[in-house]
Amino acid sequence: MASADSATRWKYLYKALSKPGPFSDEDWVPGSETISALESSKVLVIGAGGLGCDILKNLALSGFKDIHVIDMDTIDISNLNRQFLFRQADIGKPKAEVAAAFVEKRVKGVKITPYVGKIQDKDEDYYMQFKLVVCGLDSIEARRWINSTLISMVDFDNPESLKPLIDGGTEGFKGQARVILPTLSSCIECQLDMHAPRPAVPLCTIATIPRQPQHCIEWAHQIAWQEQRKDEPFDSDDMEHIGWVYQTALERAKQFNISGITFQMAQGVVKNIIPAIASTNAVIAAATTSEALKIATSCNPYLENYMMYAGEDGVYTYTFEAEKKADCPVCGNLARKMTVDPDMTLEVFIETLGERPEAQLKKPSMRTEEKTLYQRFPPQLEEQTRSNLKRKLRELVQDGQEIAVSDPAYVIDFRYRLIFS
Amino acid sequence: MADAFPQALAGPSSKERKYDRQLRLWAASGQQSLEESRVLLVNSDGPWGNQSSGVTGVVGVETLKNLVLPGVGGFTIVDPAVVTEPDLGLNFFLEENCLGKSRAGETCRLLRELNPDVEGSSHAKPIAEIVKEDPDFISRHQLVLISGPIQRSSLDMLCTAAKDNGIPVLYTRSVGFTSTFSLQLPDVFPIVETHPDPETTQDLRLLNPWMELDMAGARVTNLESLDDHEHGHVPYILLLLHYLHKWKQSHNGAVPSNYKEKTEFREMVRSGARTNTPEGGEENFDEAVAAVMKSLNPFSLRSSLREIFEMDECKNLRQDSAEFWIIAAAIHEFYKKDNLLPLPGSLPDMKAQSADYIALQNIYKAKARKDIEEVVGLVRSIEARLARPVKVSEKDVEIFCKNASHVKVIHGRNIPRLDGDARTTKIIKNNLTNSDSIISLFLAFQILDDIVTDIQQGNAPDESLDNDAVWNTHIDRAIGVITSDNPADIDEEARERIVQATQELRRTEGGELHNTSALTGGLVAQEALKVITRQYVPLDNTCIFDGVRSRSEMFKL
Repeated sequence: MASADSATRWKYLYKALSKPGPFSDEDWVPGSETISALESSKVLVIGAGGLGCDILKNLALSGFKDIHVIDMDTIDISNLNRQFLFRQADIGKPKAEVAAAFVEKRVKGVKITPYVGKIQDKDEDYYMQFKLVVCGLDSIEARRWINSTLISMVDFDNPESLKPLIDGGTEGFKGQARVILPTLSSCIECQLDMHAPRPAVPLCTIATIPRQPQHCIEWAHQIAWQEQRKDEPFDSDDMEHIGWVYQTALERAKQFNISGITFQMAQGVVKNIIPAIASTNAVIAAATTSEALKIATSCNPYLENYMMYAGEDGVYTYTFEAEKKADCPVCGNLARKMTVDPDMTLEVFIETLGERPEAQLKKPSMRTEEKTLYQRFPPQLEEQTRSNLKRKLRELVQDGQEIAVSDPAYVIDFRYRLIFS
Repeated sequence: MADAFPQALAGPSSKERKYDRQLRLWAASGQQSLEESRVLLVNSDGPWGNQSSGVTGVVGVETLKNLVLPGVGGFTIVDPAVVTEPDLGLNFFLEENCLGKSRAGETCRLLRELNPDVEGSSHAKPIAEIVKEDPDFISRHQLVLISGPIQRSSLDMLCTAAKDNGIPVLYTRSVGFTSTFSLQLPDVFPIVETHPDPETTQDLRLLNPWMELDMAGARVTNLESLDDHEHGHVPYILLLLHYLHKWKQSHNGAVPSNYKEKTEFREMVRSGARTNTPEGGEENFDEAVAAVMKSLNPFSLRSSLREIFEMDECKNLRQDSAEFWIIAAAIHEFYKKDNLLPLPGSLPDMKAQSADYIALQNIYKAKARKDIEEVVGLVRSIEARLARPVKVSEKDVEIFCKNASHVKVIHGRNIPRLDGDARTTKIIKNNLTNSDSIISLFLAFQILDDIVTDIQQGNAPDESLDNDAVWNTHIDRAIGVITSDNPADIDEEARERIVQATQELRRTEGGELHNTSALTGGLVAQEALKVITRQYVPLDNTCIFDGVRSRSEMFKL
């Protein structure tokens, strides 16, 4: 490590790592050992977008030397108001590559390895090489995937198999940072109901009784497109497609005397756009990387385990310990209780799983210990189990019975105990 | 409204596309205010003695990054330092070939790369010199950012000049894992668009409907005769009005006013729902039942607005009063008439047939429009009385009316200091006795600033920064200031918390860590944006961030 040159350059960081503080652990050994541990830690950053750009910068300036970054997206003009590693001329290029090259060039001595693709492309061997993982994602699904993957990798005979997951997320002026020690502390899945999706507008409202501009936009997007342009796959990044939805929604709105549709709104509804600004990303990204530095060096205690931030009214943060749930379908050993109406058909039950805050599963298949209730793949099995869809739950399972639910988006099964209401 | 059609075919402009994600938060009006603002960053004030080149100023540059990206009009960096090796290990907006050059110039150049729409300039001289040569320098900015510590005399000069010109100041300190910043606003800082939670602004007037709404409710007469479809689609607002009418008939014209009566009323509504439907109930009745407790409350003026009405600025208008006060006074007159504010006019979505909902929505919109017109009338007569040369725009009256219930005025306070006014000292003392509070960090920063000022002014040797005796003397002095009336107020545990806070700062000998400065730069930029756009509610007035325990706390110091 530390040449005389780097000791000058990293003066303040090295000082923090070479002197115990009032809150650092009594057993902590400050100095060169800690500095080498930091500089040899290989870390993975998932996402090179709003949070990812800041995370890469912060890690590089926190002394990490070997950073990998995964992102499947390319740069869009709407990224430029906050994703500061990208310029107008980079539009259309892969985020991971441009971000990695920029930070590598700016900060001497750091190596950043980009991967343009999906996190699901990689296997356990890949994830096993990292000391810790920092996530800056906008998708709950990707978070759940990496969470369950890291949890399934834990081998209690091998402490190295436990990869701390540090996750950040933002929306407008709000955000949160959390630290997850797979199997040891509350995980993404334990906290799933804290991040419930917005309830969807019922299809009948969209189809027959629109009242809001959003209802007209949904109609144009979900129904009119299917009727009039079904041969073209809808692309929310294609301005002509958005323009068509906007115009079609306007006509429908006029018919029902609904006012207030704008192009911006149409785009927001269709793409499910979440407002995002540089400053909130800066706060949350640095909150995650500060924890990464503390975990990699033990120079101070790390966050246990959740910090939320809200900036609309002053500066408000709330730091607390989210609970690890014994009935967490991913890290717990008990099935999660789910109250259901026994007279509901299996088909309706499956639909509700998409929206229930504690499940949020879009394409579930399910079975009890004895029999398969519904299986989407392969087609023969789907055909065999399809008749169950019209049957009521009480005909298929008993009150208090456990079911295992799988979903193509996740590597593991979710266990639920169905309680009849 | 000119925006809908002509633009429709072309789609949004490239600027709208670039700023799309933020326009959804502060709209075109907020963006315009941002683009019309120029921010001054005083990023250091010369070296701390011979050993340290002084403040590394990362927190200032990180703050600017978050203002340049969303498109602030321009920025000016004042920083007499030259770029050294330790800057490169901390500051992302410096690179190898910057070594030995002006830090102001180099950070300015690399920040400008972030957004070609933003203008930037730099000055490699101490702020005091610049102002001496150009007394109007500060007043050409709309916001002043300072990364401290800077010399006491420079800080005083900046804060005073800013106050005289009505310019807000954000003073930031970032050391090791901790930081603090304070916002100095003008004495009176009004905000119209505070963006409260939409739930809290709902004003449905069910207990005191105006004539048109009352009539709409009265048209719901024979619910029993409706077929299931119609019955399940009566908007819940009309259901509540209908049942309120029934309730009044059996309660001498009184509305349900306490918890018990509301519970009874809720049962009355619930019993009206048909249960022999395929779903086993009716959504519109569910909505009505759910709304009883929160929507059937008599209107009461929020204390913050009552305070505004009572302020001297509102009661004694002058010809040159700010437009805010002209509208506020007009709304006060409107309020005095029958103890109501102008109707905001928004209606939540609810189960209903399209036409019925739109008809109901129009009743709310029409009333809101009528109230706005009335307020405009009041504004015009005030203007005539004061012989004001320029009229307040109707658009501004409309925005005020829509936001009236949550309008806010912040009474700006000075950048706090330990030996400032008695009130500040008292609040510090009170919080020090609370073992959960992180106020001790504020004291630690004040002590560090004192030691640095002593070094900068040649009153203490460079080594003081790492001298236990010096720190202990300063800690004792600080405690002395807080407890001048009663030393027993600060016990051993409180003293220990101050000592620990100073130890954490001393770990990096007053130097920054990038993460803490990046995080703090985000928080400070957020406050800057709120101040510049005059939207949302800024900090009043001090925030402390503790990166050791990953938490923050706000204080009104």
